[in-house]
Amino acid sequence: MNSLEFTTLIFAGSLLAGFLGALTGLGGGVVVVPLLTVIFGVDIHYAIGAALVSVIATSSGAAAAYVREGYSNIRVGMFLEMATTTGALAGATLVLYLHASVIAIIFGLVLIYSALVSFHEGSFLKPDQGPDPIATWLHMDSTYPTSSGLVSYHVRGVPMGFLLMVVAGVLSGLLGIGSGAVKVLAMDKAMKLPFKVSTTTSNFMIGVTAAAGAGIYLSRGYIDPGLAMPVMLGVLAGSLTGARVLADAKVRVLRVVFAVVIGALAIEMIYSGFTGKI
Amino acid sequence: MNGKSARTDQRIDELMGLLLRSGVLLAACIVLVGGVIYLARHPRPSDYRVFQGEPENLRTISGIFSEATARHGRGLIQLGLLVLIGTPISRVTFSVLAFLYRRDRKYVVFTLIVLGLLLYSLLGRR
Repeated sequence: MNSLEFTTLIFAGSLLAGFLGALTGLGGGVVVVPLLTVIFGVDIHYAIGAALVSVIATSSGAAAAYVREGYSNIRVGMFLEMATTTGALAGATLVLYLHASVIAIIFGLVLIYSALVSFHEGSFLKPDQGPDPIATWLHMDSTYPTSSGLVSYHVRGVPMGFLLMVVAGVLSGLLGIGSGAVKVLAMDKAMKLPFKVSTTTSNFMIGVTAAAGAGIYLSRGYIDPGLAMPVMLGVLAGSLTGARVLADAKVRVLRVVFAVVIGALAIEMIYSGFTGKI
Repeated sequence: MNGKSARTDQRIDELMGLLLRSGVLLAACIVLVGGVIYLARHPRPSDYRVFQGEPENLRTISGIFSEATARHGRGLIQLGLLVLIGTPISRVTFSVLAFLYRRDRKYVVFTLIVLGLLLYSLLGRR
């Protein structure tokens, strides 16, 4: 196989991964890593390096749109970025000390968890539980647009949310993913933010979290230009297309099919990890 | 919140969105140009099955700049990826300024901490 054929294959695979990542809400990074390792036999360090830069590309594009629409809670995002960047630095450093098989097994488990969570639509209307002293001190309470105008909400559970965000950061740095599923868990469940605010604020934070891990990946030599080039361009193009399809159509059935495929890849990763193939 | 500061907020959000999108677009263009040069000069793909790590000049900022100015494909791709990593960093820098402008001291400190961690990740010696 020559260079052009190899690059075209990786580009096509990444395009598909980005498309599936956007449709399922999992993100392109989390789909492209099992694709590269299980199907193309790429070493997991190169795979997570290429995935993490593609995560920065897709999340920054999407974050730009959501910030304008007024869903993202910038203060909550900025405050919690202290937790995710600290976690990401720790996670990216941890890669050095863990065997590739262990990373593959953790990856598979996180992938299965994320696929299950992606079915949760989230309730738009949460009973407002009144102000919380920490959130008030941090000026986190805000409003978000709904069909019946701006609705205000209170933020709660800041310490728990912060701790979960450290975990999200560690997973992002360790696995080369955006770990949106854990970020949404922290904001939706622990901090009681409206679901749409949680998902968009998560997207807003993913780029910064990923950049913290990517700096370390780059200086450790995990980011290979020949591989990262088709992966980054493919995932970016795929996720832009996926987001457009998602806006047009009801894709519930497609999402179920894709989640099953992704679950199978996750199990293959865990199996390969235990048998030492990765 | 009064009308004027709401409008300022909206203006700041719009600028932030523009910054993010142009950063990604610029990065993608540089990576694409680098990719074309790389493919034209390297007929055989590298072996990615065994991890070897990148050479020094493709993983330090000074190395990447000298490779890119020599118009080497791999160096240009890494430069594009550096622009990409720099995009969220410039977004955080912009946020520091936005919170300074609003005299929101707590959030100036928070965003400065995030900026410090990001710069440590990219520039820290290891």
